[in-house]
Amino acid sequence: MSRKHRRDLTHAEKMAVASNWMWLAVSLAVALLVWFGLSKGQKTGRSFPFIYAVADGMKTMIERDALWSDFASSMISVAMGFGLGFVTALPMAFLMAWYAPVRRIIEPWINFIRNIPALAYAPLIVIMLGVGRAPSVVLIWICTFMTMCITIFHGIRNIDNTLVKAARVLGANDMDIFFRITLPATVPFILTAVRLGLSAGLTTLLAAESTGAQAGLGMRIRTLQTTFETNAMLGYIILIGIIGTLLNTLVDFIERRLTSWQEKREEA
Amino acid sequence: MAGETGRSVTPGENVKIQIKDVKKEYHGDHGTTVALNGVNLDIMENEFICVVGPSGCGKSTLLNVLAGLHEASSGDCYLDGERIVGTDVKRGVVFQQYALFPWQTVIQNVMFGPQMRRLPKAECEAIARKYIKMVGLEDFENSYPKELSGGMKQRVAIARAYANNPEVLLMDEPFGALDAQTRAQLQTELLKTWEEERKTCFFITHDVDEAVLLAQRVVIMSARPGRIKRIVDIDIPYPRDQGTKSQPRFMELKAEIWNEVYQEYLEVRK
Repeated sequence: MSRKHRRDLTHAEKMAVASNWMWLAVSLAVALLVWFGLSKGQKTGRSFPFIYAVADGMKTMIERDALWSDFASSMISVAMGFGLGFVTALPMAFLMAWYAPVRRIIEPWINFIRNIPALAYAPLIVIMLGVGRAPSVVLIWICTFMTMCITIFHGIRNIDNTLVKAARVLGANDMDIFFRITLPATVPFILTAVRLGLSAGLTTLLAAESTGAQAGLGMRIRTLQTTFETNAMLGYIILIGIIGTLLNTLVDFIERRLTSWQEKREEA
Repeated sequence: MAGETGRSVTPGENVKIQIKDVKKEYHGDHGTTVALNGVNLDIMENEFICVVGPSGCGKSTLLNVLAGLHEASSGDCYLDGERIVGTDVKRGVVFQQYALFPWQTVIQNVMFGPQMRRLPKAECEAIARKYIKMVGLEDFENSYPKELSGGMKQRVAIARAYANNPEVLLMDEPFGALDAQTRAQLQTELLKTWEEERKTCFFITHDVDEAVLLAQRVVIMSARPGRIKRIVDIDIPYPRDQGTKSQPRFMELKAEIWNEVYQEYLEVRK
């Protein structure tokens, strides 16, 4: 649904883009400054080694053949957990929106479990499924499912009923309404759900790999913690942040492609 | 057709829509609300009917019942003698809030009805182009609703309703959200289209000026419960335009109807 002709940017828009980059640079500079300050502090220095020490730590991890396998392992777990979460959350959200009994039975429990830290019930999953990848995937599945299901469900309920009425009087049957109205109207909420789901997947990583994982970013952070290798540990933490930012940017890109028809939310 | 009087009810004319003893109740948390009670009305073929009344008099409810979007609690409506059950492409609807599909372009919106009737794509496009031209938006075929002004959006909605070639048009305060100039322009365009096609029109408004300008008969409704209070024949010949508003007869009728509506408004305020 992208626009057919891409017009040239106006002067004002070019300025806006330049200003965005400038502020990003300023923000990065401020962060580096704060980081540098922390690395020089008496008490904070051990926890926050500066960038070259972190780079050094990461180099060690590469030499130990750990970084790549940790990264790959975590990404596989997140992808599988998130994938399962998405394909189950989407139909469940529709069932909840369409059938009151489903909503009344499921919704309170999602809200109940959502407030419990995943770390708390992670051991239960491990006891149930044994060590290996399975418990990590299941834990990420549970967390991403709850977040996405609730988000999509509220999206479906907020669809403007006038659009459904308009489609009806134009001759649409139930199937038409679903594919031509409900689904496209839900796309913005699905994308929001994907955004929140990916974030939930990454934040659950530590809990998911807390017990019995053989590799993984979360598992490694815990191991490095026991040996006080803060250089590499901080590197891993930053890496998770970078992955999150990149995934978010990807969703932003897809969002611009799919939902450019939306009325713009004016920036404050 | 010039010189013809607005009065349309003459013996032998076809009744297009029949509203028979319609009652509509809503059951809410605060008990039962009677939105409509004992509503009877015959709408003739090719007639332009305007319904006016204070907010909450059930005029939108009546339109929803005619559209088949709501079911009457008792009583029936008929189109050409056939009982109205559910929606049908014979009855086109234009909503106050445009109700355009925001993810579709102008032409995709207008094509929606023909597509629902499973016409071939080329035909859908041809029909859509015809009505987009009718409302003068040829240059905006590929625009999205967010890129259009309120008046343009409502033009698209009108074109979309016409694209199904409905036998009757049900319009629910279609110009209510527009500024005065745009409203006047759309009224003039609608008048012109109706004078050419004479499509049966059931038009709801709270604007007495608008009702007298457009309609052959103005139905005044009273509130709580909604019922028909009076029907006024507008004996001003067509073609009409914005200039009609300065005719003495227009002002007479307007004052008369306005008084009745205002009394109803005061009743509601009590």
